[in-house]
Amino acid sequence: MQEVAILGVGQIPVREHWDLSLRQLAVDAGRAALADADVAKVDGIFVSNMTSGRLNKQRHLGAMVADYLGQRGVEAVKLEAACGSAGSAMRQGILAVASGEMEAVLVIGAEKLTDTGFTETTSALATAADADYEIIQGVTFVGLNALIMRRYMHEYGYQREDFAPFALNAHANGAKNPNAMFRDPISQKIYDNGRIVADPISLFDASPIGDGAAALLLVPASKAPNAVRVVGSAVSTDTLAIHDREDPLWLKAAELSAKQAYEQAGIGPEAIDIFELHDAFSIMAALSLESCGFAERGEGVKMGQRGDILANGRLPISTMGGLKGRGHPVGATGLYQLAEAVLQIRGDAGEAQIDGVNIAMTQNIGGSGATIATHILKRP
Amino acid sequence: MEVSRHWRLQKQRYELVGETCDSCGVKLFPPRDVCLECEAPAQELYTFTGLGEVFSYTTIYDAPAGFEHNAPYQVALIKLEEGPIVTAQLTDMALDEAYIGMPVEMVTRKLRTDGEEGMIVYGYKFRPICFEPVVN
Repeated sequence: MQEVAILGVGQIPVREHWDLSLRQLAVDAGRAALADADVAKVDGIFVSNMTSGRLNKQRHLGAMVADYLGQRGVEAVKLEAACGSAGSAMRQGILAVASGEMEAVLVIGAEKLTDTGFTETTSALATAADADYEIIQGVTFVGLNALIMRRYMHEYGYQREDFAPFALNAHANGAKNPNAMFRDPISQKIYDNGRIVADPISLFDASPIGDGAAALLLVPASKAPNAVRVVGSAVSTDTLAIHDREDPLWLKAAELSAKQAYEQAGIGPEAIDIFELHDAFSIMAALSLESCGFAERGEGVKMGQRGDILANGRLPISTMGGLKGRGHPVGATGLYQLAEAVLQIRGDAGEAQIDGVNIAMTQNIGGSGATIATHILKRP
Repeated sequence: MEVSRHWRLQKQRYELVGETCDSCGVKLFPPRDVCLECEAPAQELYTFTGLGEVFSYTTIYDAPAGFEHNAPYQVALIKLEEGPIVTAQLTDMALDEAYIGMPVEMVTRKLRTDGEEGMIVYGYKFRPICFEPVVN
């Protein structure tokens, strides 16, 4: 297997894009990545998306995107793993290049969530969970995360306010990212007064609904000596439903995929400079930190309280806003995380730049933890 | 309409019928034919007692389509006495009554409706255990 490099990145700002279709979002991000890489033709396209069949009444995105990107004829397919679609598509793109089957691969994540009303969109997002045994009980996706958060607070003795640093950090960093959906920092007081959506989760513990697209262009590292390297790439799965997990407070698929990625990279968690984790909900950030070996069990929240996660902390997370501040266009999110990690390593992160990023980790979670993709990127 | 889809699950929805693992004896709900613990075949049916306790809970204010009639309502993870955890609504109690560890029992209630003339889906919910069971 040959080493893979990321030669180009493209991102569309996460917004309520009433003037842009799903097709336009995907094509604009793809063109931006091609232009960034200075590549005209690719050998394959992997598109990631979760909800287009239901919310946009359009499937078959591989061919659609290839067609409108001026890449007719190339192999193109869509991958879906709920909110973990983009990380999973990245993994397939990497395998295609690493195997030697393809030389230039475009991975594009796109999601259009705001053409439909709130109820329809949230119902589509809820299909990430078990339809017959979770969703039929009237639980929402926020509700599932609330069940985990309350149990976490009960077992480890935390209050809702203890989770505030995750939201404050994400919004502070999002304010420095022009592609972020939210550009204003929030205060502890704003967090404390947040409306409860599904207790104990408040508005500020949950990521917003938005439209977006992000894309990466992958090539063999041998062809791009100055491009950011992919040194770890793994996807793991767990039970679809939370209630079937051996331990509902442990992201087994995060542990497994992180372990594989660390082994591939020949490093441990202490070598990671920044971590773009999947903070769709504050509780997920805490669980991700624990399951990947950055904190002991039940101590993930303490990393927030100690300031470890801040831009100047021991392990900066959500450095360009995370899912909370940048936004969470589900099937595109994992590629935003990867694009941001590339910018941080290149030194192109603008106001959000963290000094001296050599190794960055990203983690994209599908559903409540059933699919988890972990990637480690390195300066060449 | 998804009549056959819900009809297929009546044993689970109305009676909590799961399975027992042939090899390690673990009880499974929902049934999955392959043991979660040891991955051996698990196809012997087992009817759960319906007794358990609240493992976690939350209150849903923004109800999904089909559940609006009931909002706000509480959803919980229930740890059944045989071991498995199920996701289910709490019922027959006030919103401020639930606590982690609360003993509960399964009952059959209306889960969702599809408008005025559509199908009504019934299934399990859990309520506080009101009386101590009689011990012989």
